[in-house]
Amino acid sequence: MTARSITWARRRTTLARFWRDFRSHHSAMAGLAILAVFALVAIFAPLLADPDGLNVAKATAKSHQPPSADYWLGTDQNGLSILTLLVHGTRVSLIVGLSATAIAIVIGTLVGIMAGFYGGWARSLLMGFTDWFLVIPFLPLAIVLATVLGASLFNIIVVIGVTSWPGTARLVCAQTLSVRSRPYMERAKALGAGDWHQMTRHVLPNVMPVVLAHVVLTVSIAILSETTLSFLGLGDPTAQSWGNILDAAYGTGAMSNGEWWFVLPPGICVVLVVLAFTLVGRALEVVLNPRLKEGR
Amino acid sequence: MTAFLTGTRGYVIRKIGWSLGTMLFVVVFNFFLFRLLPGDPIGLYSRGRNMAPEQLIKLRAELNRPIGAQFLEYLSNPFASTINSVRFNRPVWELVAERVWPTVLLVGTAILIASVAGVWLGIRSGWRRGGTFDRVTTGVTNTLYAMPEFWVGMVLLIALPFFPSGGISTPGVTGFLDTVLDTAWHMVLPVTALAIVYLAEYTSIMRASLVDELRQDYLQLARAKGLREDLVRRRHAVPNALLPTMTLIFLNLGFVIGGAITVETVYSWPGLGLLSYEALRGPDIPLLQAVFLLFSIGVVVFTLLADLLYAVLDPRVSTQ
Repeated sequence: MTARSITWARRRTTLARFWRDFRSHHSAMAGLAILAVFALVAIFAPLLADPDGLNVAKATAKSHQPPSADYWLGTDQNGLSILTLLVHGTRVSLIVGLSATAIAIVIGTLVGIMAGFYGGWARSLLMGFTDWFLVIPFLPLAIVLATVLGASLFNIIVVIGVTSWPGTARLVCAQTLSVRSRPYMERAKALGAGDWHQMTRHVLPNVMPVVLAHVVLTVSIAILSETTLSFLGLGDPTAQSWGNILDAAYGTGAMSNGEWWFVLPPGICVVLVVLAFTLVGRALEVVLNPRLKEGR
Repeated sequence: MTAFLTGTRGYVIRKIGWSLGTMLFVVVFNFFLFRLLPGDPIGLYSRGRNMAPEQLIKLRAELNRPIGAQFLEYLSNPFASTINSVRFNRPVWELVAERVWPTVLLVGTAILIASVAGVWLGIRSGWRRGGTFDRVTTGVTNTLYAMPEFWVGMVLLIALPFFPSGGISTPGVTGFLDTVLDTAWHMVLPVTALAIVYLAEYTSIMRASLVDELRQDYLQLARAKGLREDLVRRRHAVPNALLPTMTLIFLNLGFVIGGAITVETVYSWPGLGLLSYEALRGPDIPLLQAVFLLFSIGVVVFTLLADLLYAVLDPRVSTQ
């Protein structure tokens, strides 16, 4: 048995145990199922709804139509099928949520590990900076950044990414501090491991499990943020997201006309996806961090 | 130096120093962000609007001065009355001042309702965690938490069309009592929308704090003394759990502001949130800067108050 095969066998048992623990959380499994459905919708969006249905110039239906056999969820102000917008909006909302989270996690992990590993004044400086970002109210900051950068899909991802990292940085810093004081770090140092080796080989793998749960929760917040920013008119006008649909509904008086089919579906999609990510994230937290198990 | 910074006095000084540093950071950020932009700043400030030529000349002269001089002037008084809004053509701080009270009224009422109800729900579900009530509450809380506030507002408007669809008052209503009733009538929907979402936040905070207390030995002792379960909860667990809840409610002002911006937009509530929306839809950069500065400083001040309040309520924090 080589060292490698032992490592892999150990990883497999860990993974199996993790999955067994995770499966016992029924709400998290429900969340996972919801996410799977939305992921499929996002991947196969062009097959489920003809992309031509997003083109205002090709719209044939009347605007503001209630649901009918042809348009299951009615039409918007341009005569586009709301169901088509919804299907393609899934793609945009998920892409923005996931990419923005990726940016936030990379920045947060980098800052957190540096701060926790080097300690001293580096930590004071980096965490002081983090605290500043943490205290500046999120939505006004995001609005200011989005206004300055201009409305595009890429910019909205950047805006949500660079405003969402402070929480991650704090968490990673705290974890790094606890890992750093463990004896095996001393052993690694005695064997001649450099800073880079210690950070990537010892600190990072130990911090990752806690970060993973945090990642999933961050995605849910990022999707909510995208919806809010798009509703305020800061989203990409060419990429239909759920927030853009709500913005259009608000802008064309859907509420005073009682057009529930214009307002309810996009919101329900947001709630389902955000709730699903939250449920999965909460379960991951408990599974990966046994101290959180309540009442033990 | 070290002796100077220990104990309660040191704690207070450190917190105030940090708050001042943060405010400085916000002011610097606010100044440079809008000047880092590529292109002609005049275009950004006016956004294609027709401005009077003398106004343009004045603005260009202002922007042509050395950046250091401009910065020092901004730093000396970020609240100067000379800064004009592009859209309203009035000093921005005058506009902001008019809009403060409607927001305080709306958000204050929503927080009051949500925190009282949230604390009560949090106590009930946390005390019997894992029970039916707790499971239902947690499920509902998670769902409410996943709802964008403005969407709740839009749905309420469709579901309850007999309430006023926006604004703070009906034109023509006079007399003190009538005005109060009229405003209250206009507040019902926006307050409900905000309170629903804040409620989720406060319930989960209170529940988590109470669950943290449940493991403490002093509760065991209180039971061993023969106190009824009811009294153990009311006299021992809840007061201790309220402590972190109160500070967190203070600390979450940033979250509260986010809700106010979108809900005020949906209901055309003439407060700071709607003003932010009007500023960003322009975009009206000077107004946006002013609103951002006010929100940020508001949050910093409330964070400081929360820290100081905590030190008063729990002296252990400052003596460590």
